[in-house]
Amino acid sequence: MEFRDKQAIYLQIVEYVCEQILLGNWQTGNKILSIRELAVYMEVTPNTIQRTYDFLQQKQIISNRRGVGYFLEEEGMQRVLAYRRELFLENELPLMFRNMHLLKIGPEEVNRRFDEYITQNYKDK
Amino acid sequence: MIKISNLSFGYSNKKLLYSDLSLDIKGGNIYGLLGKNGAGKSTLLKNISGTLFPKKGEVIVNGSIPQRRKPSFLNTVYFISEDVTLPPLTLRKYLDLFSVFYPNFNVDELNTFLKELAVSVPAKLSALSFGQQKKFSIAFALACNTQILLMDEPTNGLDIPSKAQFRQLIASVMTDDRIIIISTHQTRDLENLIDQVIIVDDGQLLLNESVNTITERLIFETVSIQPNDNRILYAEKHLKGVSLVRENTSGEDTRINLENLFNGVTSKPQLAKEIFTTNTK
Repeated sequence: MEFRDKQAIYLQIVEYVCEQILLGNWQTGNKILSIRELAVYMEVTPNTIQRTYDFLQQKQIISNRRGVGYFLEEEGMQRVLAYRRELFLENELPLMFRNMHLLKIGPEEVNRRFDEYITQNYKDK
Repeated sequence: MIKISNLSFGYSNKKLLYSDLSLDIKGGNIYGLLGKNGAGKSTLLKNISGTLFPKKGEVIVNGSIPQRRKPSFLNTVYFISEDVTLPPLTLRKYLDLFSVFYPNFNVDELNTFLKELAVSVPAKLSALSFGQQKKFSIAFALACNTQILLMDEPTNGLDIPSKAQFRQLIASVMTDDRIIIISTHQTRDLENLIDQVIIVDDGQLLLNESVNTITERLIFETVSIQPNDNRILYAEKHLKGVSLVRENTSGEDTRINLENLFNGVTSKPQLAKEIFTTNTK
């Protein structure tokens, strides 16, 4: 995986895991990659993945069954959605608002383009 | 656990490379040992492995003194030097001679590691190129399953795909009680692999902190204009703006940049010391 510059690596891997869950690649109730497996895949120290999994456990997205491994919680998908929505509204949306203001793009235009985008990319599926 | 207490060492009696250096190294961590050329990175590793002896002070590795070179100590440590030269032996002969010193040596693992690093073994090991010899040595060292693994510039001489393979191998063999110490100049190669950073300069230990603590205390970022702040450890101008390492006062969790950290800690050791010794609120 190509890591970005600024954000801590363990948080970038949290984002990766959330994306796998949203995409349906990691399924509810299933066992997920072990710490070692994900560390090898990401080419990072296992302690970093430990931090990622601790974080996801704290958010109740995954849980640890002693001696068996890590599992995606039943409510995992909803909790990922809630967590990612919070991040989007807190971090990404203000950035978009700032650019809209600077570039004088009104909410009507954004609205129209948003509808177009959804029609083009998602409606026919 | 490795405990270095008040170590003094020099190759000549007149000039000491280290004076009064103390350092604790704990299991379950991958240590990155950083220092300029001639700062004594290899020397420190050799004092731990028992190939060089302290002039003063002591090194204790899991209760043993390396200098005594007891087999019970030697079979728990493997040291890969920067320049490896394999003897003109067949693989079989090499294993007969050297693997017997390591009770946990596993030949199946050796074959797996060699395959992963894309080393095909010729009739005589000495026929391998430098990079291939280096990879063979890494595979052999890992297959010895020693509790302590010391590596001096392991990624020097490795081609681009091998560096990724190397990172994967290290991640796969790391356990809760293993100690892996990697000395390196190639900070970018190993940045995400390291748990704990040791920086030595001018015979002094400037830093021995976990990456978690470092990113708690410091922020690594690129900004467009350099702020007026006297708690800046390092600043470097480039095309995208100014790369900064500064004291973390906001609690933000940023990604460590080993190169900038090293430059900052070696150019402003006093400020670094202040930042790392002040108590967190």
